[in-house]
Amino acid sequence: MQEAAAAPAPASAPVIEFREVSYGVDGAEILSGLNLQVRAAETLLLLGRSGSGKTTTLKLVNHLLSPTAGEVLVRGVPNAKSDVIRLRRSIGYVIQDAGLFPHFNVERNIGLIPRIEGWPEERIQARVRELMQMVGLAPEMRARYPHQLSGGQRQRVGVARALAADPEILLMDEPFGALDPLTRDELQREFLLLQQRLRKTVIFVTHDLREALRLGTRVALMEAGRLVTALAPIEFLQSPNPLAAAYVKAFGGDLESLARRGSS
Amino acid sequence: MNVFHFMLENHDEVVELMLEHLWLVGLSTMLAVLIGVPLGILIAHRSRLSSPVLASANIIQTIPSLALFGFLLPVSWLGERADRLAIVALTLYALLPIIRGTYTGIRKVDPAVLEAGRGMGLTNSQLLFQVELPLASGVILSGIRVALVISIGLATIAAAIGAGGLGELIFRGLAMVDDQVILAGAIPAALLALSADTIMGWLERRLQPR
Repeated sequence: MQEAAAAPAPASAPVIEFREVSYGVDGAEILSGLNLQVRAAETLLLLGRSGSGKTTTLKLVNHLLSPTAGEVLVRGVPNAKSDVIRLRRSIGYVIQDAGLFPHFNVERNIGLIPRIEGWPEERIQARVRELMQMVGLAPEMRARYPHQLSGGQRQRVGVARALAADPEILLMDEPFGALDPLTRDELQREFLLLQQRLRKTVIFVTHDLREALRLGTRVALMEAGRLVTALAPIEFLQSPNPLAAAYVKAFGGDLESLARRGSS
Repeated sequence: MNVFHFMLENHDEVVELMLEHLWLVGLSTMLAVLIGVPLGILIAHRSRLSSPVLASANIIQTIPSLALFGFLLPVSWLGERADRLAIVALTLYALLPIIRGTYTGIRKVDPAVLEAGRGMGLTNSQLLFQVELPLASGVILSGIRVALVISIGLATIAAAIGAGGLGELIFRGLAMVDDQVILAGAIPAALLALSADTIMGWLERRLQPR
């Protein structure tokens, strides 16, 4: 209902769209009949417990998985019909523990895709410098290797790497999940600032309701491979849906201020 | 000591046999790398092939070396020249550690790193050359190191079919019941094996990803 109100102009056509998407392995259905649209500059938070199908949903977008039924469209083109390498290079991907290449230093990790894409060396260097500043990494980190970085620093490198070729879409799979609470808080705050500036289309997976309310422009709750509901943070808190209510109850007090901060 | 006397007096021959030995070992190990590394990469990616390939390499390894030389002798192109035959046999023996090293090294690469790479849009060959092989290089090298050390020892037996190498002194010493002649072959062979091991160990540490 919410969507219909904001009459979709052609410009705000969904950047990512799931049409009746199911995914299963060996007869076990992990995702069933997902219908979901993600619009430009939206930060959609996929919330749910382990095994609810969040990560599967994410991997269907960059075609690490292909649906067993239905179709996933990115910028209006079904994934099955697009060049998978081009598709992935146009989508930033950040995972938990960053998945940095351990044998590359920070500079080479961040510059990998520009380098593969054949950018001239000066442009790569300039881009790496710009990105490191953007994600709050001191210039002297450039030559460090992942094992010489803290968890928070690794995650910053992961975000910078995903942004390197300036993709329109960003997929983030529990990027802050393994961090201590203080670092997580810091990175969440910086993510909000960054997103205000960059206005990427983001799908962000988490099992943390607080994170979802704080970062999301919309929170999509998943349970057992189904989308339960997708609502703005404030509406999510007030949702009569029993699953959403159970989630809210489990996390307890002071959620409203989080939700307001995120949406403001 | 008499052994060293003997070696000094016959240093031309000892050096020549040592070079011959190195030629047999070097060429066969190179061939084994050229065959074994790609095979190891293949079976690391096609897990269904891994057991049959590793089992075959294992079986080759269990054939006693003299018997393998005997089996290969009737093969016409091989039987013509003893060094050819020795090189093929040594190559076959070197395969197992190299295939297994490559396979293990690549399988050990963190799946999260691979998935991140794939998700970023690396092609399979970019993943292989930029991520998998560099990260596996330490384990691959340790496989080559084992192969090299085994080959240096095994190559002494090649003299039994007239392929030359330091084994010639060992066999001659056996026939003459002369310990010094045996040692004149055995000591340089042992030194070769030790230095190969040291050099490869150093390389391995240098290339080890952090």
